[in-house]
Amino acid sequence: MLNIKTKNRILIFLSIFVLSIILTIFLLKTLRNNVLYFYSPSEVSKSDENSLKNNIRLGGMVKPGSVETDNNEIKFIITDYQKEIIVIYQGTVPALFAEGKGVVAEGKLQDKKFFLAKRILAKHDENYMPPGLKESMNQNVK
Amino acid sequence: MIKYLNPSYIFNLTGKILNLVKFFIIPIVIVGIIFSLFLSPEDYIQGDAVRIMYVHVPAAWISLLCFGTLSLLCIINFIFKIKSMSLVFKSLAPIGLTFNIIAILTGSLWGQPTWGTWWEWDARLTSMLILMFFYIAFILSYKFIKDPINSSKISTLISLAGLINLVIIKYSVIWWSTLHQPASVNLAGETTIHISMLIPLSVMLLAFLLYSALIFLMKYRIETIRVKRKGLK
Repeated sequence: MLNIKTKNRILIFLSIFVLSIILTIFLLKTLRNNVLYFYSPSEVSKSDENSLKNNIRLGGMVKPGSVETDNNEIKFIITDYQKEIIVIYQGTVPALFAEGKGVVAEGKLQDKKFFLAKRILAKHDENYMPPGLKESMNQNVK
Repeated sequence: MIKYLNPSYIFNLTGKILNLVKFFIIPIVIVGIIFSLFLSPEDYIQGDAVRIMYVHVPAAWISLLCFGTLSLLCIINFIFKIKSMSLVFKSLAPIGLTFNIIAILTGSLWGQPTWGTWWEWDARLTSMLILMFFYIAFILSYKFIKDPINSSKISTLISLAGLINLVIIKYSVIWWSTLHQPASVNLAGETTIHISMLIPLSVMLLAFLLYSALIFLMKYRIETIRVKRKGLK
């Protein structure tokens, strides 16, 4: 049904396709750590000190009940429910920053338990709902 | 089969579809705007910023859809050499690029009040920016390479590389830690958008799809006329 030229083109296409997929997989494997936007506290505790000397981003949940504000300085705990890191930051936080919500902190690690943040970004999750519904859900939980 | 590939048959058919689209688009856009600006509730933490989503998400989806379609057509054109196919992807590419830019700009506007930043180099945002460059490269490849055989080879290569980037865009929020949230609307799994926000989102998606169809059909017909004038049919 197909003539030889068409068959050849299908073969050329398939070989380019397979080659480019293999190339991409290798590329992504090499870039893996650079592509990560932030580290979780567990990843920080696993990796060695030297790789974390530069500025890094640390992400996770703000541990409920851990936020302490004290004239312009804010102190809270980032957790991924396995490991925790204490974060200290001076300045204003985004409006969406709240206890129990996602957060990304940019700054330097003092040691494996202590992080000095230069910038705080709030992370939004995939849930979208009206305010009334959220309150009734909270009441159901209580 | 031959009848359906005949340019004048397609030209008449697209004219009829174009009239249908023109008839439906204005009411649907109006309904979509009323739903998304007035009838839908504000979000429990984002407030009114959630309304940006009704433009951002459909625009991003359409830019992905356009590139996916365009790559498939390019591959079919490369293998089977169907001449009228090049008119289709020439008309599709600018629409996809426009919506891609809209998605990036509205995302940036949303990011400032919610995340606290206009732009971050996380995997989803960066791969979306790369898609924009693929669109630009694709458009340049047929605008500036006059020889149709060469330009079809190069544009097929570009669209193929872009196709892999599409997969990366889709799974970037799952494979890596990103600032961008994971998908809220899942065809297979659970959808995490409340129904009162899902309705305006669907109406806006329909409105955007109709708008793309409108522009696509108009552009396609213009390209057909242009080819006929040159006598290259």
